Amino acid sequence: MYLILEAESIAPDVRRIVVEAPKVAKKHQAGQFVIVRVTPKGERIPLTIAAADAGAGSITLFVQAIGRTTTLMNELETGDYLVDVAGPLGHASEIKQYGTAVVVGGGVGTAIAYPIALALVAAGNRVIAIIGGRTKEYVLLENELSDHGIEVMPCTDDGSYGRKGFVTEALADVIADEDVGVVFAIGPIPMMSAVAEVTRETGVETVASLNPIMVDGTGMCGGCRVEVGGETKFACVDGPEFDAHQVDFKLLQRRNTSYRAFEAGQIDDLKALDPEHHEQVLAPVRGACAREQAS
Amino acid sequence: MIKVSLRAMNKLGRTDMPARDPLERAACFDEVNMGLTPEQATVEAMRCLQCKTPTCIDGCPVNIQIDQFIDRVAHGDIRGAGDIIRMDSLLPAICGRVCPQESQCEGTCVLDKKHRPIAIGHLERYVADTVRRYGLEPVAEPIEPSGKSVAIVGSGPAGLACAADLAKEGHYVRVFEALHQPGGVLIYGIPEFRLPKDIVAAEIDGLKELGVEFEMNAIIGRTITVEELFDEEGFDAVFVGVGAGLPRFLGVDGENLIGVYSANEFLTRVNLMGAYRKDTETPVLDLTGRRVVVFGGGNTAMDSARTPLRLGAEEVRVAYRRTEAEMPARDEEIEHAKEEGIIFDFLVSPVELLGNDEGWLTGVRFQRMELGEPDDSGRRRPIPIEDDIFDLDADVVIVAIGNSPNPLLPATESRLEQTRWGTLAVNEATGRTTMPGVFAGGDIVTGGATVILAMGAGRVAAASINEYLETGVWETEPELEPA
Ligand SMILES: Cc1cc2nc3c(=O)[nH]c(=O)nc-3n(C[C@H](O)[C@H](O)[C@H](O)COP(=O)(O)OP(=O)(O)OC[C@H]3O[C@@H](n4cnc5c(N)ncnc54)[C@H](O)[C@@H]3O)c2cc1C
Ligand SMILES: Cc1cc2nc3c(=O)[nH]c(=O)nc-3n(C[C@H](O)[C@H](O)[C@H](O)COP(=O)(O)OP(=O)(O)OC[C@H]3O[C@@H](n4cnc5c(N)ncnc54)[C@H](O)[C@@H]3O)c2cc1C
Ligand code: SF4
Ligand code: SF4
Ligand code: FES
Repeated sequence: MYLILEAESIAPDVRRIVVEAPKVAKKHQAGQFVIVRVTPKGERIPLTIAAADAGAGSITLFVQAIGRTTTLMNELETGDYLVDVAGPLGHASEIKQYGTAVVVGGGVGTAIAYPIALALVAAGNRVIAIIGGRTKEYVLLENELSDHGIEVMPCTDDGSYGRKGFVTEALADVIADEDVGVVFAIGPIPMMSAVAEVTRETGVETVASLNPIMVDGTGMCGGCRVEVGGETKFACVDGPEFDAHQVDFKLLQRRNTSYRAFEAGQIDDLKALDPEHHEQVLAPVRGACAREQAS
Repeated sequence: MIKVSLRAMNKLGRTDMPARDPLERAACFDEVNMGLTPEQATVEAMRCLQCKTPTCIDGCPVNIQIDQFIDRVAHGDIRGAGDIIRMDSLLPAICGRVCPQESQCEGTCVLDKKHRPIAIGHLERYVADTVRRYGLEPVAEPIEPSGKSVAIVGSGPAGLACAADLAKEGHYVRVFEALHQPGGVLIYGIPEFRLPKDIVAAEIDGLKELGVEFEMNAIIGRTITVEELFDEEGFDAVFVGVGAGLPRFLGVDGENLIGVYSANEFLTRVNLMGAYRKDTETPVLDLTGRRVVVFGGGNTAMDSARTPLRLGAEEVRVAYRRTEAEMPARDEEIEHAKEEGIIFDFLVSPVELLGNDEGWLTGVRFQRMELGEPDDSGRRRPIPIEDDIFDLDADVVIVAIGNSPNPLLPATESRLEQTRWGTLAVNEATGRTTMPGVFAGGDIVTGGATVILAMGAGRVAAASINEYLETGVWETEPELEPA
């Protein structure tokens, strides 16, 4: 059991969860992820390590509730537990001296891009972060990014904050004006795919962090396979970051719908539960109860 | 005891293992084989000729004193039989169930085809189950702590066996496992209906009672490196038993369509993650009324074929590129699969997987094969019959053509030399790798093999680790002997 040290909402349906995992914290490098299980009968889901504090022995996760597992996870509070946290998994981001680096984050993708942006700054790059959200409240971590000297360009679909329009429009302008060495794109698949199209002709190196469905995260099942440059790769061990210009985004998008009907049923089942039965699902990982069992 | 003449006994022939009715069992995950009754076990044991030179023992990779334990069974002394088996095997309840007996102990039993060899595996299972059920294990003697400690990487049969032997020597042993549950393939691969999970759990509980600790979610190479196991965690030796868990694919077009699983993914979803139970949350594609095609001919293929039936599949076919005679699966699994209604297509090889516009699998394009000259493995090589190509409708395909050694750990420690097959180079007699203090065994050394070989390798390494911990001597240069 892994103790949750802090849990707070930072946007609608997005929570920041700090969990005790000393060994993971010690090893973490930007771009890596963990596999988490929320309850004893739950699924294994991959989540990017957004920050790690080796001293405190903790890692920070940003979780967007989209299905059953993430919804349950976001109901946990400080003092509750996660059943399993395994990692750090995947390759670290390739952080080099690029001169100017652009990090494009969409929604919770901004949180995933956050450690990469910091690592790029630490490596001496000038970093521009283009961060998008549907509306103002979905624009994440703006202050945290600018606190590290990163130029932040917020965008919203409805123009309720920052620039109106998609992150790709802002990106096109930046690329037109500046000599950009690399673009990191992290967010929904259509966004990453669109970013790859914007940079394709200019030839600017573009990296996407892929989010296929995973099971083990150690290269054992092959469920996370993606196609990059016509070759099959296992995202969990060969990635999760790949050359965005080579990625078959359509295939990734499709494969992520494999269990759509099942997943829809699961979230409906969860919503249909009365409060008492709903709480029973989480009982094994609720702080008081879990500690009682352990003693 | 009533004396019965050998001839009379042998006339009775081999006692068949009682099995659940094929129709009933194909609809649930209950164990297929139900175990011998005490009467059946006694009768079967009495059939053994108690040979002067028991050739059966040569066929067993760990040389269990088969004649002796069977003699004990014939005399109704199950406790004694258990003690004899335990001298050579630590996992008899498991090996009795999953060993390929026909090519091992039973394959070398003197009783010929006509009389059918003694059901050694069934008797071994009977003894192990009975010993457990009635608590007939010898009381463990208190162990003097040695002050030494060993890290075991991987909790499959190799790691578990190594851990058991080392704990009995008084060493502090901790098993590191990447997944959230221990057992390796015994848990995530081999299905419940063939190897009930509580049997594996009981073995692990037994180890915990010996003082072995288990650390889950520990991916060695990532969470902790091999070097750190020595330098920071303070272990005196490390055993690597990380298995052959890397699924092979065919490399044909359409392999990434939705509906195409590796056997590992499919079996992990169902076994480890419990996708067949209502109360778990991991999905597996709905197979009710679906047509499933499995590629391969080994145990993994049989498990991948029999599991979909239990999930409601309408039709399951196994497509194998050679003939039944070359199939590496255990005879019993092939027999059971046929009884349950699995269809076998021999001498066919998939050349393309077909899909629809939404990216879902719709069928398989096959190439017909014929057998040519024997290849390196001694089996006749399948060669394509030109222009003989046909399509078959399918909703789900499971690729069960084998697994390669797990590359994750070896890739993170350059001092561990690998062979060109990706297995770890070790001295076979000692399990010593090219990195001082590090031993290895099981599928990571042999490539995908068997439970009994993995268990045996774990024990060989344990003996060698013990010697190393006592003497501190490490001869360099292991023979680079790939299996
Ligand atoms: C390497 C990696 C890092 C990730 N990091 C984060 C992170 O830091 N924060 C975060 O909130 N999410 C992250 N994700 C996505 C997260 O794993 C999924 O949101 C989660 O598995 C969904 O589980 P669920 O049971 O809540 O939803 P489900 O019920 O499984 O899915 C609900 C919906 O999401 C789609 N979906 C399924 N799997 C994924 C997936 N892997 N990615 C995107 N959509 C999916 C389904 O098609 C379905 O429509 C990451 C994914 C990967 C592979
Ligand atoms: C579906 C299937 C059916 C089979 N049926 C039979 C059968 O009927 N009879 C038979 O004799 N054999 C059978 N086998 C083969 C047999 O299961 C294997 O030969 C045996 O399990 C190998 O044991 P092992 O201990 O070497 O490795 P494994 O059982 O593979 O265990 C290795 C363990 O190490 C863990 N691991 C890997 N990397 C790391 C890491 N870096 N850090 C920590 N942990 C790690 C893995 O998660 C795994 O739990 C079957 C195999 C499969 C896949
Ligand atoms: S361990 Fe396997 S090979 Fe040896 S006697 Fe038992 S069943 Fe036969
Ligand atoms: S070879 Fe067969 S008959 Fe002879 S001792 Fe062994 S099991 Fe008995
Ligand atoms: S998640 Fe299983 S191989 Fe990547």
